[in-house]
Amino acid sequence: MTILIKGARPYGEDAVDVLVSDGVIAAIGEDLSTTAETVDAGGLVLLPGLVDLHTHLREPGREDTETVLTGSRAAALGGYTAVHAMANTDPVADTAGVVEQVWRLGSDAGLVDVVPVGAVTVGLGGERLAELGAMADSAARVRVFSDDGKCVADPALMRRALEYTKALDGVVAQHAEEPRLTVGAQMHEGERSARLGLTGWPAVAEEAIIARDVLLAEHVGARLHVCHVSTAGSVELIRWAKSRGVQVTAEVTPHHLLLTDAQAEGYDATFKVNPPLRTAEDVAALRGGLADGTIDAVATDHAPHAAEDKECEWSAARPGMLGLEQALSVVVDTMVDTGLMTWREVADRMSVRPAAIGRLAGHGRPLEVGEPANLVLVDPGARAVVDPVALASKSRNSPYAGRELPARVVHVLLRGELSVRDGKVQK
Amino acid sequence: MAQPSTPAPGTPGLLLTADDVTRVVDRMAHQLIERAASSGGEGDGLADLVLVGIPTRGAPLARRLAARIEAFTGTRVDVGTVDITLYRDDLRTRGVRALEDTRLPDAGIDGRLVVLVDDVLFSGRSVRAALDGLRDVGRPRAVQLAVLVDRGHRELPIKADFVGKNVPTSRSQQVRVRLAEVDGEDGVGVTDA
Amino acid sequence: MRESLTHRHLLEASDLDRDDATLVLDTAAQIESALAGREVKKLPTLRGRTVVNLFFEDSTRTRISFELAAKRLSADVINFSAKGSSVSKGEGLKDTALTLEAMGADGIVVRHSASGAPHRLATWVAGSVVNAGDGTHEHPTQALLDAFTIRKRLGRLEGVRVVITGDVLHSRVARSNVRLLHTLGAEVTLVAPPTLLPVGVESWPVTVSYDLDAVLPGADVLMMLRVQAERMNASFFPSAREYSRRYGLDADRVARLGDDAIVMHPGPMVRGMEIAADVADSPRSTIVEQVGNGVSVRMAVLYLLLGGNA
Repeated sequence: MTILIKGARPYGEDAVDVLVSDGVIAAIGEDLSTTAETVDAGGLVLLPGLVDLHTHLREPGREDTETVLTGSRAAALGGYTAVHAMANTDPVADTAGVVEQVWRLGSDAGLVDVVPVGAVTVGLGGERLAELGAMADSAARVRVFSDDGKCVADPALMRRALEYTKALDGVVAQHAEEPRLTVGAQMHEGERSARLGLTGWPAVAEEAIIARDVLLAEHVGARLHVCHVSTAGSVELIRWAKSRGVQVTAEVTPHHLLLTDAQAEGYDATFKVNPPLRTAEDVAALRGGLADGTIDAVATDHAPHAAEDKECEWSAARPGMLGLEQALSVVVDTMVDTGLMTWREVADRMSVRPAAIGRLAGHGRPLEVGEPANLVLVDPGARAVVDPVALASKSRNSPYAGRELPARVVHVLLRGELSVRDGKVQK
Repeated sequence: MAQPSTPAPGTPGLLLTADDVTRVVDRMAHQLIERAASSGGEGDGLADLVLVGIPTRGAPLARRLAARIEAFTGTRVDVGTVDITLYRDDLRTRGVRALEDTRLPDAGIDGRLVVLVDDVLFSGRSVRAALDGLRDVGRPRAVQLAVLVDRGHRELPIKADFVGKNVPTSRSQQVRVRLAEVDGEDGVGVTDA
Repeated sequence: MRESLTHRHLLEASDLDRDDATLVLDTAAQIESALAGREVKKLPTLRGRTVVNLFFEDSTRTRISFELAAKRLSADVINFSAKGSSVSKGEGLKDTALTLEAMGADGIVVRHSASGAPHRLATWVAGSVVNAGDGTHEHPTQALLDAFTIRKRLGRLEGVRVVITGDVLHSRVARSNVRLLHTLGAEVTLVAPPTLLPVGVESWPVTVSYDLDAVLPGADVLMMLRVQAERMNASFFPSAREYSRRYGLDADRVARLGDDAIVMHPGPMVRGMEIAADVADSPRSTIVEQVGNGVSVRMAVLYLLLGGNA
């Protein structure tokens, strides 16, 4: 299969033609021609296909809210060519059997590479290590391990997990939340939580775990990845750890780059998320940390929920929000249009580094001849108002409903084949 | 003294000047004295009388009438007010309003002659509400009605016992009573809505 | 003077600006004087309107107060106790709201253990929603009746120095009172151990103290908040005895109050730990009259919110 992409701008730079053949980039140059199919990409920005380190696809267990297929569609429409599927399914992805099931469902969908994340502990129970090696050796080739949704709070267990994954070239992705400091927590602890009467989720509950874990990672010489960093203090801690040479990487979600705890006014539980939306100062620090590379990656924490789990009392609602289909738009809005990052840096934080953290060989590669043709083409000038009903996800809990955002994903290629064409998913 | 004029309906104008109001109140006071004496109470009947004003302007009007009665007879007459807002049947259409005082004499109204006092008698609904209000606070021997202006257009079978001035109006006109206690000066005017 | 309220619902004290709050208090006073000494304590004002008492959390006192208020205004009252039924799970709130909507409820008085539940309800119904206490958020009619009580006792609110002591962190009464009393010009001081004050209290329009004895001499009003014994087990304070010694109201502390100062408690009170029995029953105490004032204030709120609905 051969496709000629005409007039695309790699990393938003000068326009070229890109010839894709047999799943790889066959040629890059001016005025290329072919007898095969041509895609007009005039004015579109060309990036390596995006990689998400943090997606909840809900299958198995909550297929009423998302499936691997619907989540794959959402991911493809968001410009992704690979997503890591979090382990907190039902049953939990804590065995080779479950991770292989998810991996196969992803292959069958065929829209993005679905890369399962394995649970660190059995049943996310925080007590015994799951069979990390069996998951690593399975067909799913698990490299990222996480109890996300729950923190690996026991320091001794966390130490062992960090040590053990060294042998697997794996990484522990920590959901940093000291559980005793967040009992009943509903939103960011501060002036607003006090006024709204919602139990606070203090920044220190995240920062205390990150501080502990970077010290543990340094001590045992292991890789640590910090999920959904949400506070200014966390950015400082990670910056400090990196300056000491600790092998720590970190991600930030689109929603933490854009929204603040002000969204809790009115108690619309669409905006309930864990970790919670923080203050404007935190948002500024997160943007700064992403721009200077302290934070390595943008990860969606795409978390579909049923309407009845959101249209209810705040404290009864489940935490989490959709992200796959708007992640790039939010990054363009908060980082590119504000002048904080270039398109090349967008490629770095949304493709190159997440692929490296997840040890994905075929993703996050340079736009060069011979590289896998996992590509996304973006119209940077298009603006659209987000309509949750129009999303490919099975759920509707988008925090961006009614918000106008820039940049539209136009075409996506997975190994040389169009998974999205003219903004429409191909399967 | 200016002659009170009665403009034809549809013509804006002054119906009663300040002096007219004073004279009309005096006349009503005399009528109340006469009626009380013949109404079957003890003595001059004034001890039996309670003047109950309907806020806003019925309240000062009742006090004026009481003051004039006292000036003419030397007898102090009990005065009260009954706010009818909570008894109105048109709240849904006209909306809520701030409540005004309800104050009844210590002796109450049971067995006495209550004269309701209001500034303008129009549809009769305010009087109906006031009657309902009175019913909840006691059982008067009789209830009568005194108004400064009767402008017609009744929607209920209600008739005033004492009328300061009858004023033919069209339904769309507005009759505006001004009293010094509320508005800074006395006067009655009519305007086209 | 204002004739009607700015907002259609009463969800929190900040829904009321100074004119609104004054209108409620004045209306309550008028209703109270209109009904004083009557045999028939009933007005036809809300005849034909339906008020639903929707209580997801037990509170007999508050429910009866609202019920009496609505009945004295001749509204039809439906008591809907949702605690323990299938609606105690979150998804029930919206379904319940839609049911009440279909029934044509003009007013919904809601009590809920979840902060913000009345706000959510208000987005799903056409009638007026009155918050009768939501989680640790607010209890605006309690604050109104407290303000009404203070005004009756002291004759004013402007410049009145109110000391609120107890479990501010978990108290919806404290939140509503701080906001409303500030709106009405009173000066509020919060006194509690730091563990029972919320993070962010610095941004509230109050003075904060950890020392009850230091603030007592200047207080016109001392408002005692409930302290639930189970807080002790969560280490908010070491023991009931230590709490009582530092923050409880005993005869010695009462002696330090000014001659005209009053003592308030939203009840039900923990006699002994929070407040000595002889204090609770003294003439300074407004605890009993607060109950009657509650009915007057709630009648005023129901009249002002429901009276004009077309």
